[in-house]
Amino acid sequence: MKLALSMAGDTLDAAFDARFGRAPFFVLVDSESGEWTRLPNPALEADGGAGVRAAQFLAAQGAEVVVSGAYGPKAWTTLHAAGLRALLAPEGQNALIGRQLLDQFRAGTLREAEAASHDGHHGG
Amino acid sequence: MRVVVASGKGGTGKTTLATALAQVAAETQAVRVLDCDVEAPNAALFLHPQWSSGAEVTRPVPRVDAERCTACGRCAEVCQFNALAVVAGAVLVFDELCHGCGRCTWICPEQAIHEEPLTVGQIEAGRTLEGIDLAQGLLRIGQPMGLPVLRALKHWPPTTASASVSASPLPWIEIRDAPPGASCPVVETLRGADAVVLVTEPTAFGLHDLRQVVGIVQELGLPAWVVINRDGIGEAPIDAYCAEQGLPIALRLPLERRLAEALARGQSLPEAAPEYRPAIRHLLERLRYEVGGS
Repeated sequence: MKLALSMAGDTLDAAFDARFGRAPFFVLVDSESGEWTRLPNPALEADGGAGVRAAQFLAAQGAEVVVSGAYGPKAWTTLHAAGLRALLAPEGQNALIGRQLLDQFRAGTLREAEAASHDGHHGG
Repeated sequence: MRVVVASGKGGTGKTTLATALAQVAAETQAVRVLDCDVEAPNAALFLHPQWSSGAEVTRPVPRVDAERCTACGRCAEVCQFNALAVVAGAVLVFDELCHGCGRCTWICPEQAIHEEPLTVGQIEAGRTLEGIDLAQGLLRIGQPMGLPVLRALKHWPPTTASASVSASPLPWIEIRDAPPGASCPVVETLRGADAVVLVTEPTAFGLHDLRQVVGIVQELGLPAWVVINRDGIGEAPIDAYCAEQGLPIALRLPLERRLAEALARGQSLPEAAPEYRPAIRHLLERLRYEVGGS
Protein backbone atom coordinates (compact mmCIF):
# COMPACT_ATOMS: atom_id res chain seq x y z
CA MET A 1 0.00 0.00 0.00
CA LYS A 2 1.25 3.44 -0.85
CA LEU A 3 0.68 5.72 2.08
CA ALA A 4 0.87 9.55 1.96
CA LEU A 5 1.55 11.27 5.30
CA SER A 6 1.08 15.04 5.74
CA MET A 7 4.32 16.23 7.28
CA ALA A 8 6.04 19.30 8.72
CA GLY A 9 9.43 18.02 7.50
CA ASP A 10 10.63 16.03 4.53
CA THR A 11 11.73 12.70 6.02
CA LEU A 12 9.87 9.78 7.56
CA ASP A 13 11.38 10.71 10.94
CA ALA A 14 10.22 14.33 10.74
CA ALA A 15 7.22 15.71 12.61
CA PHE A 16 3.72 15.01 11.39
CA ASP A 17 1.56 18.03 10.34
CA ALA A 18 -2.14 17.69 11.10
CA ARG A 19 -3.15 20.04 8.27
CA PHE A 20 -3.86 18.32 4.99
CA GLY A 21 -3.87 21.04 2.29
CA ARG A 22 -1.30 23.26 3.99
CA ALA A 23 1.27 20.72 5.20
CA PRO A 24 4.67 21.70 3.77
CA PHE A 25 5.48 18.13 2.69
CA PHE A 26 4.02 14.73 2.05
CA VAL A 27 6.05 11.60 2.62
CA LEU A 28 4.96 8.79 0.33
CA VAL A 29 5.83 5.48 1.93
CA ASP A 30 5.40 1.87 0.85
CA SER A 31 3.79 0.17 3.85
CA GLU A 32 5.35 -3.22 3.05
CA SER A 33 8.94 -2.29 2.24
CA GLY A 34 9.14 0.92 4.27
CA GLU A 35 10.72 2.74 1.32
CA TRP A 36 9.74 6.38 1.15
CA THR A 37 10.07 9.50 -0.98
CA ARG A 38 9.56 13.16 -0.13
CA LEU A 39 7.02 15.27 -1.99
CA PRO A 40 6.86 19.05 -1.46
CA ASN A 41 3.18 20.04 -1.27
CA PRO A 42 2.35 21.98 -4.47
CA ALA A 43 -0.75 23.44 -2.76
CA LEU A 44 1.19 25.13 0.04
CA GLU A 45 0.96 28.62 -1.48
CA ALA A 46 -2.45 28.19 -3.14
CA ASP A 47 -4.83 31.15 -2.76
CA GLY A 48 -7.66 28.74 -2.18
CA GLY A 49 -8.60 25.15 -2.85
CA ALA A 50 -5.38 23.85 -1.28
CA GLY A 51 -7.09 20.63 -0.22
CA VAL A 52 -8.41 20.01 -3.75
CA ARG A 53 -4.99 20.54 -5.24
CA ALA A 54 -3.19 18.38 -2.69
CA ALA A 55 -5.69 15.55 -3.08
CA GLN A 56 -5.40 15.61 -6.86
CA PHE A 57 -1.61 15.69 -6.59
CA LEU A 58 -1.47 12.67 -4.28
CA ALA A 59 -3.82 10.71 -6.55
CA ALA A 60 -1.52 11.45 -9.49
CA GLN A 61 1.50 10.31 -7.41
CA GLY A 62 -0.11 6.93 -6.96
CA ALA A 63 -1.01 7.24 -3.28
CA GLU A 64 -3.73 4.83 -2.14
CA VAL A 65 -4.14 5.95 1.45
CA VAL A 66 -3.71 9.39 3.07
CA VAL A 67 -3.00 10.02 6.75
CA SER A 68 -3.63 13.54 8.06
CA GLY A 69 -5.23 15.30 10.99
CA ALA A 70 -8.35 16.72 9.34
CA TYR A 71 -10.03 16.97 5.94
CA GLY A 72 -12.14 19.82 4.60
CA PRO A 73 -15.24 19.07 2.53
CA LYS A 74 -13.65 19.70 -0.87
CA ALA A 75 -10.47 17.78 -0.02
CA TRP A 76 -12.52 14.86 1.25
CA THR A 77 -14.76 14.87 -1.85
CA THR A 78 -11.72 14.88 -4.14
CA LEU A 79 -9.97 12.07 -2.25
CA HIS A 80 -13.18 10.05 -2.21
CA ALA A 81 -13.76 10.55 -5.96
CA ALA A 82 -10.17 9.54 -6.64
CA GLY A 83 -10.69 6.33 -4.66
CA LEU A 84 -8.17 7.18 -1.92
CA ARG A 85 -8.78 6.20 1.68
CA ALA A 86 -8.56 9.13 4.12
CA LEU A 87 -7.28 8.14 7.56
CA LEU A 88 -7.05 10.29 10.68
CA ALA A 89 -4.03 10.46 12.93
CA PRO A 90 -4.95 10.09 16.61
CA GLU A 91 -5.81 13.40 18.26
CA GLY A 92 -4.11 14.82 21.29
CA GLN A 93 -0.77 13.14 20.67
CA ASN A 94 1.77 15.87 20.23
CA ALA A 95 5.03 15.48 18.41
CA LEU A 96 4.06 12.42 16.38
CA ILE A 97 6.63 11.54 13.76
CA GLY A 98 5.97 9.91 10.39
CA ARG A 99 7.42 6.54 11.36
CA GLN A 100 5.00 6.21 14.30
CA LEU A 101 2.06 6.77 11.95
CA LEU A 102 3.42 4.12 9.60
CA ASP A 103 3.58 1.72 12.57
CA GLN A 104 0.02 2.60 13.59
CA PHE A 105 -1.16 2.02 10.03
CA ARG A 106 0.53 -1.37 9.96
CA ALA A 107 -1.09 -2.20 13.29
CA GLY A 108 -4.47 -1.17 11.85
CA THR A 109 -5.27 1.37 14.55
CA LEU A 110 -5.82 4.45 12.39
CA ARG A 111 -9.43 5.58 12.12
CA GLU A 112 -11.11 6.19 8.74
CA ALA A 113 -12.47 9.73 8.04
CA GLU A 114 -16.08 8.95 7.07
CA ALA A 115 -16.75 12.55 6.01
CA ALA A 116 -15.16 15.97 6.10
CA SER A 117 -13.73 16.82 9.52
CA HIS A 118 -14.58 20.52 9.35
CA ASP A 119 -16.43 23.10 7.26
CA GLY A 120 -13.37 24.21 5.33
CA HIS A 121 -11.33 27.35 5.28
CA HIS A 122 -11.92 30.36 3.12
CA GLY A 123 -9.15 31.72 0.94
CA GLY A 124 -5.54 31.85 2.01
CA MET B 1 -18.75 63.40 -8.33
CA ARG B 2 -18.28 59.95 -6.80
CA VAL B 3 -17.45 59.85 -3.10
CA VAL B 4 -16.58 56.73 -1.10
CA VAL B 5 -17.11 56.56 2.65
CA ALA B 6 -14.67 53.97 4.05
CA SER B 7 -13.07 53.19 7.40
CA GLY B 8 -11.30 49.87 7.67
CA LYS B 9 -12.63 49.08 11.12
CA GLY B 10 -16.29 48.11 11.24
CA GLY B 11 -18.71 50.07 13.39
CA THR B 12 -16.93 53.41 13.14
CA GLY B 13 -19.88 55.19 11.51
CA LYS B 14 -19.54 54.73 7.74
CA THR B 15 -23.24 54.32 7.15
CA THR B 16 -24.11 57.07 9.62
CA LEU B 17 -21.93 59.47 7.69
CA ALA B 18 -22.78 58.22 4.18
CA THR B 19 -26.52 58.60 4.80
CA ALA B 20 -25.96 61.99 6.45
CA LEU B 21 -24.02 63.21 3.41
CA ALA B 22 -26.77 61.87 1.15
CA GLN B 23 -29.62 63.58 3.01
CA VAL B 24 -27.88 66.93 3.24
CA ALA B 25 -26.73 66.76 -0.39
CA ALA B 26 -30.29 65.95 -1.49
CA GLU B 27 -31.37 69.45 -0.47
CA THR B 28 -29.58 70.87 -3.52
CA GLN B 29 -28.31 67.96 -5.62
CA ALA B 30 -29.41 64.78 -7.36
CA VAL B 31 -28.08 62.00 -5.12
CA ARG B 32 -27.55 58.33 -5.54
CA VAL B 33 -26.30 56.06 -2.80
CA LEU B 34 -24.68 52.69 -3.47
CA ASP B 35 -24.58 50.44 -0.42
CA CYS B 36 -21.44 48.47 -1.30
CA ASP B 37 -21.42 46.34 1.86
CA VAL B 38 -22.96 43.38 0.03
CA GLU B 39 -22.53 41.06 3.01
CA ALA B 40 -24.64 43.26 5.29
CA PRO B 41 -26.15 46.30 3.56
CA ASN B 42 -27.77 48.65 6.07
CA ALA B 43 -28.03 52.14 4.58
CA ALA B 44 -31.69 51.40 3.88
CA LEU B 45 -32.30 51.28 7.64
CA PHE B 46 -31.66 55.03 7.74
CA LEU B 47 -32.88 56.10 4.30
CA HIS B 48 -36.16 54.12 4.23
CA PRO B 49 -36.50 53.80 0.43
CA GLN B 50 -39.47 52.48 -1.49
CA TRP B 51 -37.92 49.51 -3.30
CA SER B 52 -39.02 49.50 -6.93
CA SER B 53 -36.59 47.49 -9.05
CA GLY B 54 -33.85 44.92 -8.89
CA ALA B 55 -31.99 42.21 -10.69
CA GLU B 56 -30.29 38.91 -10.01
CA VAL B 57 -26.50 38.83 -10.19
CA THR B 58 -24.85 35.78 -11.68
CA ARG B 59 -21.35 34.63 -12.38
CA PRO B 60 -20.30 32.01 -14.93
CA VAL B 61 -19.27 28.56 -13.71
CA PRO B 62 -17.95 25.67 -15.86
CA ARG B 63 -19.99 22.59 -16.67
CA VAL B 64 -18.33 19.54 -18.23
CA ASP B 65 -19.84 17.32 -20.89
CA ALA B 66 -18.81 13.86 -19.66
CA GLU B 67 -19.32 12.36 -23.13
CA ARG B 68 -16.71 14.59 -24.72
CA CYS B 69 -14.29 14.85 -21.79
CA THR B 70 -11.16 12.70 -22.06
CA ALA B 71 -9.97 13.61 -18.54
CA CYS B 72 -6.77 15.06 -19.99
CA GLY B 73 -6.50 17.38 -16.98
CA ARG B 74 -5.71 20.62 -18.84
CA CYS B 75 -8.65 22.44 -17.21
CA ALA B 76 -7.43 21.65 -13.68
CA GLU B 77 -3.87 22.58 -14.62
CA VAL B 78 -4.76 26.07 -15.80
CA CYS B 79 -7.20 26.87 -12.97
CA GLN B 80 -5.55 29.40 -10.64
CA PHE B 81 -8.13 28.73 -7.94
CA ASN B 82 -8.15 24.92 -7.83
CA ALA B 83 -11.84 24.95 -8.70
CA LEU B 84 -11.44 21.86 -10.87
CA ALA B 85 -9.88 18.50 -10.11
CA VAL B 86 -9.46 15.64 -12.53
CA VAL B 87 -9.35 12.33 -10.70
CA ALA B 88 -10.32 8.78 -11.67
CA GLY B 89 -11.18 9.81 -15.22
CA ALA B 90 -13.68 12.51 -14.32
CA VAL B 91 -13.72 16.26 -13.63
CA LEU B 92 -14.91 17.61 -10.28
CA VAL B 93 -16.05 21.24 -10.29
CA PHE B 94 -16.15 23.29 -7.08
CA ASP B 95 -18.37 26.30 -7.83
CA GLU B 96 -17.47 28.10 -4.61
CA LEU B 97 -13.79 28.24 -5.63
CA CYS B 98 -14.46 29.37 -9.22
CA HIS B 99 -13.80 33.01 -10.10
CA GLY B 100 -15.44 32.70 -13.52
CA CYS B 101 -12.29 33.57 -15.48
CA GLY B 102 -13.13 31.18 -18.34
CA ARG B 103 -9.65 29.67 -18.73
CA CYS B 104 -10.84 26.08 -18.42
CA THR B 105 -13.54 26.59 -21.03
CA TRP B 106 -11.07 28.21 -23.37
CA ILE B 107 -8.25 25.66 -22.97
CA CYS B 108 -10.31 22.45 -23.23
CA PRO B 109 -9.05 20.66 -26.37
CA GLU B 110 -12.29 18.71 -26.69
CA GLN B 111 -14.52 21.77 -26.20
CA ALA B 112 -16.24 19.75 -23.53
CA ILE B 113 -16.72 22.70 -21.16
CA HIS B 114 -19.38 25.38 -21.34
CA GLU B 115 -20.35 28.03 -18.82
CA GLU B 116 -23.62 28.40 -17.01
CA PRO B 117 -24.78 31.35 -14.89
CA LEU B 118 -24.84 30.76 -11.14
CA THR B 119 -26.93 33.19 -9.10
CA VAL B 120 -24.75 34.71 -6.39
CA GLY B 121 -26.80 37.65 -5.22
CA GLN B 122 -29.11 40.46 -6.17
CA ILE B 123 -29.41 44.20 -6.61
CA GLU B 124 -32.31 46.07 -5.05
CA ALA B 125 -33.04 49.67 -5.93
CA GLY B 126 -35.51 52.30 -4.95
CA ARG B 127 -36.05 55.93 -4.03
CA THR B 128 -36.53 57.76 -0.77
CA LEU B 129 -39.14 60.42 0.00
CA GLU B 130 -36.54 63.17 -0.39
CA GLY B 131 -35.63 61.80 -3.85
CA ILE B 132 -32.42 59.91 -3.08
CA ASP B 133 -31.83 56.93 -5.39
CA LEU B 134 -30.56 54.02 -3.32
CA ALA B 135 -29.23 50.74 -4.66
CA GLN B 136 -27.85 47.92 -2.56
CA GLY B 137 -26.13 44.66 -3.37
CA LEU B 138 -27.03 41.56 -1.41
CA LEU B 139 -24.77 38.53 -1.52
CA ARG B 140 -26.63 35.23 -1.38
CA ILE B 141 -26.07 33.37 1.88
CA GLY B 142 -23.38 30.73 1.48
CA GLN B 143 -21.68 32.47 -1.43
CA PRO B 144 -18.07 33.28 -0.52
CA MET B 145 -17.30 36.06 -3.03
CA GLY B 146 -18.99 39.45 -3.04
CA LEU B 147 -17.09 41.05 -5.91
CA PRO B 148 -19.45 40.05 -8.75
CA VAL B 149 -22.36 41.60 -6.82
CA LEU B 150 -20.35 44.72 -6.08
CA ARG B 151 -19.36 45.14 -9.74
CA ALA B 152 -22.96 44.77 -10.87
CA LEU B 153 -24.00 47.34 -8.27
CA LYS B 154 -21.49 49.89 -9.56
CA HIS B 155 -23.00 49.49 -13.03
CA TRP B 156 -26.57 49.91 -11.77
CA PRO B 157 -28.88 50.79 -13.47
CA PRO B 158 -28.04 48.50 -16.39
CA THR B 159 -29.29 50.91 -19.05
CA THR B 160 -28.61 54.62 -19.26
CA ALA B 161 -32.14 55.20 -20.50
CA SER B 162 -33.62 54.74 -17.02
CA ALA B 163 -33.92 57.58 -14.59
CA SER B 164 -30.34 57.77 -13.38
CA VAL B 165 -29.05 60.73 -11.43
CA SER B 166 -26.50 61.53 -14.10
CA ALA B 167 -29.42 62.47 -16.39
CA SER B 168 -30.69 65.02 -13.86
CA PRO B 169 -30.33 68.74 -14.61
CA LEU B 170 -29.09 69.23 -11.01
CA PRO B 171 -25.44 68.68 -10.11
CA TRP B 172 -25.17 65.05 -9.03
CA ILE B 173 -23.27 63.12 -6.42
CA GLU B 174 -22.82 59.39 -5.97
CA ILE B 175 -22.08 58.24 -2.43
CA ARG B 176 -20.70 54.74 -1.97
CA ASP B 177 -20.96 53.24 1.48
CA ALA B 178 -17.93 50.92 1.58
CA PRO B 179 -17.76 47.55 3.30
CA PRO B 180 -15.53 47.28 6.37
CA GLY B 181 -12.02 45.90 6.06
CA ALA B 182 -9.16 46.70 3.73
CA SER B 183 -9.29 43.94 1.13
CA CYS B 184 -10.62 43.39 -2.40
CA PRO B 185 -14.22 44.63 -1.85
CA VAL B 186 -12.92 47.92 -0.44
CA VAL B 187 -10.49 48.34 -3.34
CA GLU B 188 -13.30 47.64 -5.81
CA THR B 189 -15.53 50.19 -4.05
CA LEU B 190 -12.78 52.80 -4.31
CA ARG B 191 -12.00 52.11 -7.95
CA GLY B 192 -13.44 54.84 -10.17
CA ALA B 193 -14.17 57.20 -7.27
CA ASP B 194 -13.20 60.89 -7.20
CA ALA B 195 -12.82 61.41 -3.46
CA VAL B 196 -12.77 59.45 -0.21
CA VAL B 197 -14.11 60.27 3.22
CA LEU B 198 -12.42 58.15 5.88
CA VAL B 199 -14.40 57.68 9.05
CA THR B 200 -12.38 56.68 12.08
CA GLU B 201 -12.49 56.68 15.86
CA PRO B 202 -9.68 57.58 18.24
CA THR B 203 -9.00 54.02 19.39
CA ALA B 204 -6.05 51.75 18.66
CA PHE B 205 -8.22 49.67 16.30
CA GLY B 206 -9.56 52.77 14.58
CA LEU B 207 -6.08 54.11 13.92
CA HIS B 208 -4.66 50.74 12.86
CA ASP B 209 -7.36 50.21 10.25
CA LEU B 210 -7.26 53.84 9.14
CA ARG B 211 -3.59 53.33 8.26
CA GLN B 212 -4.47 50.29 6.16
CA VAL B 213 -7.16 52.07 4.17
CA VAL B 214 -4.99 55.18 3.75
CA GLY B 215 -2.38 52.88 2.19
CA ILE B 216 -4.92 51.74 -0.43
CA VAL B 217 -6.23 55.26 -1.04
CA GLN B 218 -2.69 56.57 -1.59
CA GLU B 219 -1.91 53.69 -3.94
CA LEU B 220 -4.99 54.63 -5.97
CA GLY B 221 -4.03 58.31 -5.86
CA LEU B 222 -7.37 59.50 -4.47
CA PRO B 223 -7.85 62.67 -2.41
CA ALA B 224 -9.13 61.90 1.08
CA TRP B 225 -10.64 63.66 4.10
CA VAL B 226 -10.93 62.27 7.61
CA VAL B 227 -13.96 62.36 9.89
CA ILE B 228 -13.34 61.48 13.53
CA ASN B 229 -16.40 59.87 15.04
CA ARG B 230 -16.86 59.41 18.80
CA ASP B 231 -14.23 62.07 19.22
CA GLY B 232 -12.80 61.96 22.73
CA ILE B 233 -13.40 58.27 23.53
CA GLY B 234 -9.77 57.18 23.24
CA GLU B 235 -6.18 58.28 23.26
CA ALA B 236 -5.09 57.09 19.82
CA PRO B 237 -3.09 59.86 18.11
CA ILE B 238 -5.33 60.29 15.04
CA ASP B 239 -4.53 64.00 14.78
CA ALA B 240 -0.79 63.41 14.74
CA TYR B 241 -1.12 60.64 12.15
CA CYS B 242 -3.31 62.79 9.88
CA ALA B 243 -0.88 65.71 10.16
CA GLU B 244 2.01 63.41 9.25
CA GLN B 245 0.13 62.06 6.21
CA GLY B 246 -1.20 65.45 5.14
CA LEU B 247 -4.79 64.29 5.60
CA PRO B 248 -7.25 67.08 6.46
CA ILE B 249 -9.62 66.38 9.35
CA ALA B 250 -12.93 67.61 8.01
CA LEU B 251 -15.34 66.88 10.83
CA ARG B 252 -15.42 65.70 14.44
CA LEU B 253 -18.47 64.08 15.95
CA PRO B 254 -18.38 63.57 19.72
CA LEU B 255 -19.94 60.51 21.35
CA GLU B 256 -23.40 61.48 22.54
CA ARG B 257 -25.89 59.15 24.12
CA ARG B 258 -28.88 60.86 22.46
CA LEU B 259 -27.31 60.25 19.00
CA ALA B 260 -26.65 56.59 19.75
CA GLU B 261 -30.27 56.20 20.86
CA ALA B 262 -31.64 57.97 17.78
CA LEU B 263 -29.50 55.90 15.40
CA ALA B 264 -30.61 52.72 17.14
CA ARG B 265 -34.20 53.77 16.39
CA GLY B 266 -33.40 54.14 12.68
CA GLN B 267 -33.11 57.91 12.63
CA SER B 268 -30.35 59.40 10.53
CA LEU B 269 -27.75 61.80 11.91
CA PRO B 270 -29.24 64.96 10.30
CA GLU B 271 -32.69 63.99 11.57
CA ALA B 272 -31.49 63.33 15.09
CA ALA B 273 -29.08 66.26 15.27
CA PRO B 274 -29.99 69.03 12.79
CA GLU B 275 -27.24 71.19 14.29
CA TYR B 276 -24.71 69.07 12.38
CA ARG B 277 -26.27 69.92 9.01
CA PRO B 278 -24.11 73.03 8.40
CA ALA B 279 -20.90 71.11 9.14
CA ILE B 280 -21.95 68.26 6.83
CA ARG B 281 -22.87 70.75 4.12
CA HIS B 282 -19.51 72.41 4.58
CA LEU B 283 -17.79 69.04 4.05
CA LEU B 284 -19.79 68.44 0.86
CA GLU B 285 -18.88 71.89 -0.44
CA ARG B 286 -15.24 71.30 0.36
CA LEU B 287 -15.28 68.04 -1.59
CA ARG B 288 -16.94 69.70 -4.53
CA TYR B 289 -14.65 72.71 -4.45
CA GLU B 290 -11.43 70.75 -4.11
CA VAL B 291 -12.23 67.75 -6.33
CA GLY B 292 -14.30 69.58 -8.89
CA GLY B 293 -16.58 67.78 -11.29
CA SER B 294 -20.27 68.44 -11.59
